[in-house]
Amino acid sequence: MKPRAIGKRRPYVRPMAGWWRKNPYFVEYMIHEGSAFFVAAYALVLLVGLLRLSQGEAAWNGWLFALHSPLSIAGHLLLLAAMLYHAWTWFNIMPITLPPIFVAGKRLSASAITAGGVAATVLASVILLLVVWRLTS
Amino acid sequence: MVLPARRQNRKESRPAMSEIEKTIPIEVLRYRPEQDTEPVLQTFQVPFTDDMSVLQGLQYIKDYLDGSLSFRWSCRMAICGSCGMMVNGIPSLSCKTFLSDYYPAGLRIEALAHFPIERDLVIVMDDFIEKLESIKPYIIPKTPRALSEGEYLQTPAERDVYEQFSSCINCMLCYAACPQYGLNSKFVGPGIMALLHRYNMDSRDGGAEQRMELVHSEDGVFNCTAVGYCSEVCPKHVDPGNAVNINKTESAKDYFLRFVMPKGSNSGAAK
Amino acid sequence: MSANLKRSNAPIFWLLFGAGGMLSALLGPMLVFITGIAIPLGLILSPDAMSYAHMQAFAHHWLGAGFVWVIVSLFLWHAGHRIFHSLHDIGIHAGTTAKLICYGIPLVATIVAARAALVSLT
Repeated sequence: MKPRAIGKRRPYVRPMAGWWRKNPYFVEYMIHEGSAFFVAAYALVLLVGLLRLSQGEAAWNGWLFALHSPLSIAGHLLLLAAMLYHAWTWFNIMPITLPPIFVAGKRLSASAITAGGVAATVLASVILLLVVWRLTS
Repeated sequence: MVLPARRQNRKESRPAMSEIEKTIPIEVLRYRPEQDTEPVLQTFQVPFTDDMSVLQGLQYIKDYLDGSLSFRWSCRMAICGSCGMMVNGIPSLSCKTFLSDYYPAGLRIEALAHFPIERDLVIVMDDFIEKLESIKPYIIPKTPRALSEGEYLQTPAERDVYEQFSSCINCMLCYAACPQYGLNSKFVGPGIMALLHRYNMDSRDGGAEQRMELVHSEDGVFNCTAVGYCSEVCPKHVDPGNAVNINKTESAKDYFLRFVMPKGSNSGAAK
Repeated sequence: MSANLKRSNAPIFWLLFGAGGMLSALLGPMLVFITGIAIPLGLILSPDAMSYAHMQAFAHHWLGAGFVWVIVSLFLWHAGHRIFHSLHDIGIHAGTTAKLICYGIPLVATIVAARAALVSLT
């Protein structure tokens, strides 16, 4: 948009550089956006594993051995923290991103939507762990 | 545009000097295009009482300290939407923000972020007004209706669907809270989307299809990254971020289903 | 304002972003715990839970192979889209290079993962 120049009008457009540092809300936004790097990193770890698996036993065991290194375990602890933070922030913004949900004629509150998301993650995690446990024991 | 100070009224509301014990430093971002190359901060010591709003603090400055200070205001009761400004970096209505909450440290007042500054605390709002006009913020009847057919009937349930979004007072705080608008002012933005959604969701309206073209477009809803701060600062709990994101879902549905669904059947949110 | 009313193709990427975001919020933490912490340390699950025999059997079933393929590709589409927008947020605007990296990596990974999953299936 170009403001029309009339007389002494000289509208001043403020720069946006560093905008996200100026408000704690935006700092948190940038941090939770940054969780994407950790999600990508974990996907790449799995992708390498999938490739190794398709290349035979020796290749797979090499990948598995690497997962046992202290560095890998420390890295996965960091990934776990980032993944949990991603999950929390994902559900925290869900009241804004989801269309209104009505239960028994009443609109679900923001805190109920977030709590529902967290509960879904707990449930999915338990099911996933049980499935893996059943498949491998 | 900038209302002159009404001294008559001020005399009634201004506390007698003897009652005033406290003063608070108010830093104001000044910009006078005829003399300033860029905005500069100026500090005023303002005597205040605990019931004084930030707006009243500015009025004190204008009446008693520097008459050249420019800012917009009208109703003083959070309904006209004129007095939005940044108070310590947070988009706020200055009439419902109180000086005592910033005592004794003081506060910094700037023009609403992401808009060009016309002068001092007055922003250029042409972009917002043009966007507002472009979405046809009025009921477009589904079929022409004669006066003799009487009024439209709407059930409370039908009204509930859009009522929240109709509370918008066009104060533009949500635009000052939206970094995506700040980074790209072509983005339709939160407040306008709330109004667009309000009319699309109205059972009497048939204009959704015309309005959705903007929603689907490159300047439309997909510029939003769900920061959510727009809904946080909204003084009327309109939740404009929700209006934007509901329409992402609607726009995506239309994007994928437009080839299988007859035209018009999926334009606008489901009613 | 002269609105650019050209239809946006964002819904494709937004949908992949959303699906990956939801999936990683629901399953991400437990997956990281299982593959990266529990099994290497022998917590809860047997240390040989990811042995070659186990994993081959897992990937031999279309459900297992499909699961890993969906996780890898959707996580990357989610991350790529988010990082693309973050670049815009810090002032690096939607250039061809940014697009190529943020959406190219997920695309290549989707194909590579599909190929590897198909090899394991047969």
